[in-house]
Amino acid sequence: MKINLTINGKPHSHDVEPRLLLIHYLREVVGLTGSHIGCETTLCGACTIEMNGQAVKSCTVFAVQADGANLVTIEGLASNGKHHAMQEAFWNQHGAQCGFCTPGMIMASKQILDRNPNPTDEEIRHGIEGNLCRCTGYQHIVNAVRAAAEATK
Amino acid sequence: MATTITKTEKLIGKRIRRREDPRLITGTATYVDDMQLAGMHYASIVRSPHAAAKIRSIDIKAALAAPGVVAVFTGKDTEQVGPVPCGGSLPGLRVPHHHILATDRVYFVGHPVAVVVAADRYVARDAADLVEVDWEVLPAVADPEKALAPGAPPVHPQWPDNTAFTYHQEGGDIDKAFAEADVIVKQRIVSQRLVPVAMETRGVIADWRGADRALTLYTSTQVPHLVRTLVAGMLGLEENRMRVVAPEVGGGFGSKLNIYAEEALMGFVAMKINKPVKWIESRRENFLCTIHGRGHVDYFEVAAKKDGTILGIKLKLIQDLGSYHQLLTPVIPTLSVLMMPGLYRTQNIRADIVGVFTNCVPTDAYRGAGRPEATHGIERMVDILADELKMDPAEIRLKNFVQKEEFPFPTATGLMYDSGDYSAPLAKVLDLAGYQELRAEQAKAQAAGKLMGVGLCTYGEICGIGPSPATPAGGWESATVKIEPSGKVTVMTGSCHHGQGEETTFAMIAADELGIGIDDILVVRGDTAIVQYGIGTFGSRATAIGGTALYFALQEMKVKIKKFGAMLLESDDVTFEDGRVTCNKTGNSKPLAEIAGASYRAMKLPPNTEPGLNVTYFWEPPNFTFGFGAHFIVTDIDRDTGHIKIRRYIAVDDCGNILNPLIVDGQVHGGVAQGLGQALWEQAVYDDNGQLVTGEFMDYVMPRAHMMPWVESHHTITPSPVNPLGVKGVGEAGTIGASPALVNSVVDALSHLGVRHIDMPLTPEKIWKILQTAGKN
Repeated sequence: MKINLTINGKPHSHDVEPRLLLIHYLREVVGLTGSHIGCETTLCGACTIEMNGQAVKSCTVFAVQADGANLVTIEGLASNGKHHAMQEAFWNQHGAQCGFCTPGMIMASKQILDRNPNPTDEEIRHGIEGNLCRCTGYQHIVNAVRAAAEATK
Repeated sequence: MATTITKTEKLIGKRIRRREDPRLITGTATYVDDMQLAGMHYASIVRSPHAAAKIRSIDIKAALAAPGVVAVFTGKDTEQVGPVPCGGSLPGLRVPHHHILATDRVYFVGHPVAVVVAADRYVARDAADLVEVDWEVLPAVADPEKALAPGAPPVHPQWPDNTAFTYHQEGGDIDKAFAEADVIVKQRIVSQRLVPVAMETRGVIADWRGADRALTLYTSTQVPHLVRTLVAGMLGLEENRMRVVAPEVGGGFGSKLNIYAEEALMGFVAMKINKPVKWIESRRENFLCTIHGRGHVDYFEVAAKKDGTILGIKLKLIQDLGSYHQLLTPVIPTLSVLMMPGLYRTQNIRADIVGVFTNCVPTDAYRGAGRPEATHGIERMVDILADELKMDPAEIRLKNFVQKEEFPFPTATGLMYDSGDYSAPLAKVLDLAGYQELRAEQAKAQAAGKLMGVGLCTYGEICGIGPSPATPAGGWESATVKIEPSGKVTVMTGSCHHGQGEETTFAMIAADELGIGIDDILVVRGDTAIVQYGIGTFGSRATAIGGTALYFALQEMKVKIKKFGAMLLESDDVTFEDGRVTCNKTGNSKPLAEIAGASYRAMKLPPNTEPGLNVTYFWEPPNFTFGFGAHFIVTDIDRDTGHIKIRRYIAVDDCGNILNPLIVDGQVHGGVAQGLGQALWEQAVYDDNGQLVTGEFMDYVMPRAHMMPWVESHHTITPSPVNPLGVKGVGEAGTIGASPALVNSVVDALSHLGVRHIDMPLTPEKIWKILQTAGKN
C-alpha cells in the first residue's frame, strides 16, 4: 500500500506491506533508528514517537495507519543544531544510563509538558509510567522533566 | 544537576554530565539492531514449547520451501560446533553437554531447536512457524526442592538425583559455637528467581568474509574479548581472525556477561550462507532464554549469646541452576557463601550448597550475583535474632560489626576485608531518619491500630572482582593511552561499559593526570580489533580495576612525556597543567601537543627511547574491594489492601572515593529500583510443567516510575587501600541494600502480630493474606 506522511518536517512516500509495523517502517525503511524496540507489545515505551501531536507507541501502529500523519521522532526534536529543552535536561540531570529507553522516555516526557507545563512530581511519574527504564530508578528522569519545565517557563 | 566545567580545573569529585549522552538523547547511538550490512539476512529461531521432551523428528521442508527462505538448520547440522561453555569449575561438577541447537532432547521452554534464515525479517519469523517438530513430551520439574525429592523427573537422565554439585565450606569451630550458644534462630529464606530484563534484548550480527577466514560478530555483550576467545573456540576459528564488537549496549545487569548459543549460531549461519546474518531477540525470548538471576532456597541458622553477640552462622543453600551451566552458573552461589558473614565479626561458619538442575532456563549473574542473596539472608537473620532477644536491630548490628581498627579483616570465609567503618553509615542513616522519633511514632501508630514499619540493612559488598585466582577468566583489566601527534588523547579500556558512564569517569581520570581538558580525550571500548585484550564490565569492577589500569598507564605515559619533554625543556622535573608541560626549575613550558609531535617526529630521540606516546598497562588487583553501607526504609501498610507504601528510603553508601557524584547517584537509584523490584514485585514463576507464567511485561512486574519511592542518597567515604584511586565500587550496592531493608521494615510493621518472616516478593495479595490470620490466634 502506498503511504504519504510527514516525518520530522519532511515528506515521505513509500509502498509498504499492510502488516508492516510503524516502528519497523521508521527504523528500516526510513532509516530513523533512534526509536527503539523493547517489547513489541506496547508495554515498554522505547518506541514512543509523536503522531499528530500525541505520544504513541509505534510498535503497535501499522505504517499504513500513519498515512497522512505528521510524525515527530527523537531525531526531529533538536532544531538549528540545538537540543530540545527536554534533551538538554536529560543530559544535565543524568536521565540516561544505557540510553536504550531514552528516546522514547524523552518523547513521553515532552508530551507531559505539552499537556501540562507545570506538572507535580506525581504527575511526572504518572506521565512516564508507560515507559520502562531498568537503569535509572526514574529519579533522575523525574528531575530532568522538572528541570525542563523550569527551563521552558 | 551537573556542574559546568572550565577547561583545566581538577575534575575528580565533580558532578560532570556524561560525555556519552549527546548520542543517546538524540537517538543517534548505534545498538546492534540499528546496524544494516549489505546483503544482510535475518534469522528466526524455533524454540521448544515444552520444558522436557524428546525430539522424534524435525520436518523443515515447508519452511525451506517458503518464498524468501534461504536456509534452515537443526541440531544435526550444528553438532560439530563446540558446546556453550561453562567457565566455573567446582570439584565434582557435572557439566551437561550444551549444544547450540538441541539434538535429541530439550530441557527448558525456549530451548532452541532450529534456525530459519531469510532475506526479510518477517519472512524468517513466519517460516519459523512452518518447522514441524514431533515431540515426545516428558515429565518436567521446575522447583529446586521438588527436583531433589526422591522420584522427581530427572532433568538430565544420566543424573537422576538432579544434583549438579555439592559444595562445602567451613571456617572456625562451628560446632563449638552452636554448643555454647544461648539462643539459636533458624529460618528458611527464599531469594526468588528474577529476570534481568535489560531494556535492549540480546542481538547478534555475524559477518563472515570467507576469503580471509574472518568473522566479525556484533553482539550486545558486557565481555567482547571473552566472547571472541570462547566463540572462536566453539566455531573452530583462529581467535586472531575473529573480531567481536559490542556497539552501544542497552543494559546488561549480568545477563550479557555470558556466552550464548545464539552468538555461535549466528557465526555458524553466516559461514554457511556466506552472507551477514542478524538475530534480534524478541522480548518473549528474552524472558525465556536469557539467563535468570537468584533462585535460592536458603536455610539459615544463627547461634548467639544472650547479649546479642553472634557466635556462628550455618547455611544450607539450595541453588536452582536451571537446565545447563551458562558461563558462571555454578559459581554464583559460592559468592553468597563468601559474603554470608556480612559485616559481622563471627569467625565460625558452615555452608553447604546443593546445585540443582531444573527444567528452567539457567540462572547466572544478575546485578549483585550471589551477594544480594547472602545479604538478604544474614540481614533478615540479624533482625530475627534481635526480635528473639528483644534487642534493637541497630544495637545488635553495632555490637557485631567488624571494628574500624580491625582492618584489614580476615573473614571466616577466607576473604580479607580491605577497609571500613561500618558504624559510620549506620549512625548517619539513623541520624538522617530521626530513628528514636520514628520508634516513638511507631508505638503510637500501633496503639492506634496502624501498621508502620522501620527497616534497616547494613550490607557489605565484594566489589572490584577480582584478583585473577578468584575468577574463572582472569580478574585484571587493561588500558591503553595514546597521545596522537596533535596532542589529542585516546584511552582504550578493556572494560566494556554499557550505561555506567566510564566514557566520562575515565576521561576525568586522564584529564586530571595529564593536566588537559576533558574534550581532548576520547574513551574507546568494546571492539576487539581496536582495544587490547580486556575482561569486561561486571561485578562493580570497571572503575576499581579498569580505572586503576588506566591510572597506571597514565603514570607510565607521564614518564614518557617527561623524557620527550626534556628534549625541549630544561629538565624532566615538570608539572602537567593547562595542557602544557612546565619545567619546575625554569618555569618554561611547552604545550603537550608540541611534545607529542616531537615524540613522533623523533628528530632528537633521547637514548634508549622508542618514538611515539603509546602505553598499555594490564593491572592485576591484589585484593577485592569491599563497599558497605546502611539502607533504611519506613513503610506504612494498608490493612485493607495489603499495599505497602514506602514513606522514606534513605541510603548511605560507602563506595570509597567518589569520582563523579552524579553518576554514583544514578547507580544507587538504579540499584535500589532493582532491589525493590525483587522485594516487592518481581518473580519468575514457572508452573509445575516448566512453563514460564511470568514471561512478558504484562505478568512480570518491573518497577515503573509511579511505583518507586524518592531515594535519599548519602555517603560516607572510606578510601580503599587496594588501588591508588581509593575507589571501591557502587554498581550493585543499591540492589544489595534494598531488599533486606524493605522486608525488615514490613516484618517490623507486622511483628507485633506474630509475623517473623515473609518471603519476597511482598505483593499486596501476600500481605493481605497474612493480615487475615496474623495476630488472631
